[in-house]
Amino acid sequence: MPALAAIARTPEGFLERAEDWDKDLALELAIESGIPVLTDRHWLVVDYMRQTYLAKGDGPTIRTLGKESGVNIKELYQLFPKGPAKLAARIAGIPKPHGCI
Amino acid sequence: MRHLIILGAGTAGTVMANRLARRYKTELRTGDVRITVVDQDPVHLYQPGLLFIPFGAYTREQVVKPRAAHVNDAVRYVHSAIARLDPGTDTVTLASGEVLSYDLCIIATGSRIAPEETEGMTGPGWQEKVFDFYTLDGAEKLATALADFTGGTLAINVVEMPIKCPVAPLEFAFLADAYFTKRGIRDRVRIVYATPLDGAFTKPACSKSLAFLLKDKGIELETEFNTGRVDGDAGALVSWDERSIAFDLLVTIPAHKGADFLADVPGLTNEMGFVLTDPRTLQAKHKPNLFAIGDATDVPASKAGSVVHFQSEVLDENVRRFLAGQPLEPAFDGHANCFIETGHDKALLIDFNYETEPLPGNFPFAWGPLPLLKESRLNHLGKLAFRHIYWNALLPGYDFPGIPPQMQRRGKVFPAAAAHP
Repeated sequence: MPALAAIARTPEGFLERAEDWDKDLALELAIESGIPVLTDRHWLVVDYMRQTYLAKGDGPTIRTLGKESGVNIKELYQLFPKGPAKLAARIAGIPKPHGCI
Repeated sequence: MRHLIILGAGTAGTVMANRLARRYKTELRTGDVRITVVDQDPVHLYQPGLLFIPFGAYTREQVVKPRAAHVNDAVRYVHSAIARLDPGTDTVTLASGEVLSYDLCIIATGSRIAPEETEGMTGPGWQEKVFDFYTLDGAEKLATALADFTGGTLAINVVEMPIKCPVAPLEFAFLADAYFTKRGIRDRVRIVYATPLDGAFTKPACSKSLAFLLKDKGIELETEFNTGRVDGDAGALVSWDERSIAFDLLVTIPAHKGADFLADVPGLTNEMGFVLTDPRTLQAKHKPNLFAIGDATDVPASKAGSVVHFQSEVLDENVRRFLAGQPLEPAFDGHANCFIETGHDKALLIDFNYETEPLPGNFPFAWGPLPLLKESRLNHLGKLAFRHIYWNALLPGYDFPGIPPQMQRRGKVFPAAAAHP
């Protein structure tokens, strides 16, 4: 049985508990999000997202990602189509970034 | 003697100056407390009025007044730009070189649009076919462009969140629909609304109601549209993932930033220059004697005048507690209350906080209940009346009878499976 099915998630597919996450789960989440393969570039972003969340309690915005993850905004959209911050957060097993009020 | 400095005399700075002047009336007279407020711009702009200027419904004279006239006479009002804030030495340096020492500093410097953050936005076509309405200058130029507009595509886009008054771009779309209908050319105008959000608005139930209204008014909705660049020459709005919207007239809500001198203080702000602030007490996270209010903070509440009003009651009390050496009250709940103009002299009203999204029902109000999340003429009249309330009750910093700072559950219709047990 795929591990993902046993994990508590929000209606939008974000993990309820960030500590449930591991790298295998990330692969499953990526496939579900329409990204069949996670390349090194994907991992750079996913790891940065997760570390920022664990350190600060909220995921970075797309602006911060573009400045500090090592991947520019243009490429972020190629790696994670439509909404990089949202998609990468889901794959990184962290809550949906606040950004929007 | 204690010196309180307020940086900025916009809505938040003015309200706080007037509240604290009342609280410390005696101490100001005896010289035990001094209050100084600093602003670089002598004119106070009624920002909610900017929405109506492009449609010729308000003029400049109706939305500006001198700042100093609205600040209590017991407060020292300084007209100057701020060069530097130094929390290490508890000082503020003005552009003139004058250095002010403070015991407590309230940051109320607001937010400003930063069109230069988007590639091409201020290039060819800026203020010719690409306009903002978040500045008085932009709104007035847009009024001329709209009056000259005879047909084609009007695109409205939000570059990124957060923005001031998150409902204003939607209101603009609704009012544009009504405006072109009134001019008899609505059938020659296509209106497209592009947003980086995954719906019309940030909160789900409200988003659904607003999406329905957009559809009803024939306004196309483009979601998850993250603006990468503007090509004014070609008339194209292009997203980072290379979707393109062709326009004849673009009304853009550019990215927003806090005051530049704040971003110069390491650890004080986030990457957009908004002060890292405790969402319940409004104390800055950087240092205990720094507080922030209004658009200048990073708290996840709307950047809106109603929020400032509710925050000011909490901050007034927390300033007192801080100076008295008492623990702060974590009382701000993210409460916002906004009228949403929907055109044809109607408006919606929404009332929400950090936890509760806008719900239907009614809002208990002195003149009788106002319908929530539903179009009504009464709400429109409320919105128009708000201009007078703003100058005469909100800026002086009075509490509104019957409307406490915390969101009230009374009147609201909660979903059957309520989030609050």
